[in-house]
Amino acid sequence: MGDLEAFRADVRAWLEQNAPKSLQGQLGQESVYWGGRNPTTASPESKDFCEMCAEKGWTAPTWPKEYGGGGLGQAEERVLQQELARLRLPPPLTGFGLQMIGPTLLQFGTEAQKQEHLTKITRGEIRWCQGYSEPNAGSDLASLATAAVLEGDEYVLNGQKIWTSYGDVSDWMFVLVRTDPDVKKQKGITFLLIDMDQPGVEVRPIKLISGFSPFCETFFTNARAKTKDVISGVNQGWTVAKALLGHERTMIANVFGSAGGRGRSQGENPAVALAKRYVGTDETGQLKDRVLRDQVTRVTMDTLSFNQTVQRNADNIKAGHRPGPESSIFKVYGTELNQRREELMLALRGPQALGWEGPGFEPAELAQTRSWLRSRGNTIEGGTSEVQLNIIAKRVLELPEQ
Amino acid sequence: MQFALTEDQAMLAQTATAFVAEHSPLTRIRALRDAGDELCYSPALFGQMAELGWTAIPFAEADGGLAMGLSEAIIVTEALGRGLCPEPVLSSIMGGAQALALAGTPAQKNTWLAPAIAGEKTIALAYQERGGRFSTAAEGTRAERSGSGYKLAGEKTIVLGGAGADVYVVSAQLADGLGLFLVPAGASGLTVTPQKLVDGRNAAVLALSDVQVGEDALVGTPGGGLELLDDVLDRATVALCGEMLGGMQVAFDMTLAYLKERKQFDVHIGSFQGLQHRAAKMYIEVELARSATMAAARAIDEQNPQAKALVSNAKARCSDAYILIANEAVQMHGGIGMTDEHDIGFFIKRARAAEMTYGDAAYHRDRFARLSGY
Repeated sequence: MGDLEAFRADVRAWLEQNAPKSLQGQLGQESVYWGGRNPTTASPESKDFCEMCAEKGWTAPTWPKEYGGGGLGQAEERVLQQELARLRLPPPLTGFGLQMIGPTLLQFGTEAQKQEHLTKITRGEIRWCQGYSEPNAGSDLASLATAAVLEGDEYVLNGQKIWTSYGDVSDWMFVLVRTDPDVKKQKGITFLLIDMDQPGVEVRPIKLISGFSPFCETFFTNARAKTKDVISGVNQGWTVAKALLGHERTMIANVFGSAGGRGRSQGENPAVALAKRYVGTDETGQLKDRVLRDQVTRVTMDTLSFNQTVQRNADNIKAGHRPGPESSIFKVYGTELNQRREELMLALRGPQALGWEGPGFEPAELAQTRSWLRSRGNTIEGGTSEVQLNIIAKRVLELPEQ
Repeated sequence: MQFALTEDQAMLAQTATAFVAEHSPLTRIRALRDAGDELCYSPALFGQMAELGWTAIPFAEADGGLAMGLSEAIIVTEALGRGLCPEPVLSSIMGGAQALALAGTPAQKNTWLAPAIAGEKTIALAYQERGGRFSTAAEGTRAERSGSGYKLAGEKTIVLGGAGADVYVVSAQLADGLGLFLVPAGASGLTVTPQKLVDGRNAAVLALSDVQVGEDALVGTPGGGLELLDDVLDRATVALCGEMLGGMQVAFDMTLAYLKERKQFDVHIGSFQGLQHRAAKMYIEVELARSATMAAARAIDEQNPQAKALVSNAKARCSDAYILIANEAVQMHGGIGMTDEHDIGFFIKRARAAEMTYGDAAYHRDRFARLSGY
């Protein structure tokens, strides 16, 4: 405990001295640095802060030092996060490099692959995107058809990916390709890394119902990838793909789990604040509309118990128990909870949640409309709720095959 | 707050679960119900539970307890819930006895708490009144100064463990607020009428017709009864949540087993996606209820300022979850689930009774909101 507190003191002193003042109090998503060859961040200080932290291994605190990580334990990582939160600083770096392909390379990559890719991730030099879904391979991902044909020490790719998050601003893609069309569909898939900066790769943003374009379509026309960038062997990609999906679901669950919890621990419940303003209170300070009051409570309680379950799972893992099956519920419950939270926020704002743009609405109201629409995708992306329920039924409850 | 079980807690869970499995199969619950006996439980088995130390868990060493907390108590009540055991751990140990543990005088503890912990006597909590739903205000029971003590008049209903209890902790209105009073069974003017409940548990109506008690019958301070009762009910509620977890888990497990065994259209019905997804949602609700209950127990043990809100969260959650599981359990068992012959019916009855004990989900959502300042 003494060591941990000494570490906390060091972190605190260093952050107070070095973290750019302009980033303090900037916990919002828009101030988070995603890295890449052409960073999209609005503030140059974000890049500086990322590089400073990368020097100390703090962009990937628990990764081994030789790959640019901090070599820290989970307790120290938590201290680091707490100290960042104390100054209301954003994490120094985020993205699918840190959260998806990095952990996957640590698990499945060769020494050479780790050396080549991981440090570029921790320094924020390369931004990664995910090439999984295709127009005809959504929930049935294993039916993917993007072809990769061997030609010397390269693979030649032809086909189309869809729902590539931030594909238009990413540098490299981890992509699932079909390397053998003549075997059971899961047995002919290879997990490959490809540099997107080449003529055979074309990226087009997709406009969503929210009006935003966080996703793209990616077209491969004789695009080239190196054989040394095959992860875990040719036709062995399905195992890697599933392991990475586990990392993705953890990431998604963390995002939705903390959303309500953060509000609770650091001040007033956001739904309550909104309700007091838009719905009003009676003379005793209770929300006037009893039905909405109950809905606020349901979402607040569900968020509370979801966070308690996330913490229980983390405590069990820390205590050395096998990760319990309870982790399988995070994706489906966390995303559906977020949708209910967004719908509640709409209900609380009432007609003021109808604005699309222009006069008559506050910026926060306009943002609400869009974030509600965006949230409809939560239960589709990263494995639909229906697929998640199939997984729970099969793997946790061991119910018979359909 | 630490959710992972300690080695001692894991061992307690193992022994408690094994004990209940061995000594309380559902055939025992059925036999108790069919016997129609007023006590509705086995004093001999309760004595064995006391010998195991279960009744001593949540009390200070000075009171003859094991100085453990709610975190351990819910492990025991969960095991009891698995077997639907009606022994008065909840009604007496986690109910009336808690009032004495929190505010009893040394003399009160000597007379009532020590034998309760030993499993020799039981203490029932009498606070609920007909028409008062879950109110703790005791609007229909008065306590007037009389001689050197008090005179109590009024009526209590669904006093859990009330039939055959040795003493009652009765809430009554004083001039300056609520008071809790010890009223021994057999007191002059006290009539105890056993009630039959849907879940077959022990309960009674208490009629108090100018029952005279001494000054030393008051538990805690005159006028401090409402807060004390609130604290007692928090503890009782968390223990009940533990019991509900055990019950919903077994009802869910029985249903899963049935889905894997029952065939229609030449396949196991558990292979149908319509049922699989509902089973997965049941599983999610059980897991969240478990986290909520563990968090509430730990919050009380750690004297967390959020404890009361966390208790309401747990009770609302367990109420909704147990009813969901029980309803779905009957539905998924199909026709056999509607018969008295099948054991699943015991769970739907217990789920409802537990829901309505110490406040239902709506009551606790309202309480959570009030405690949270909206």
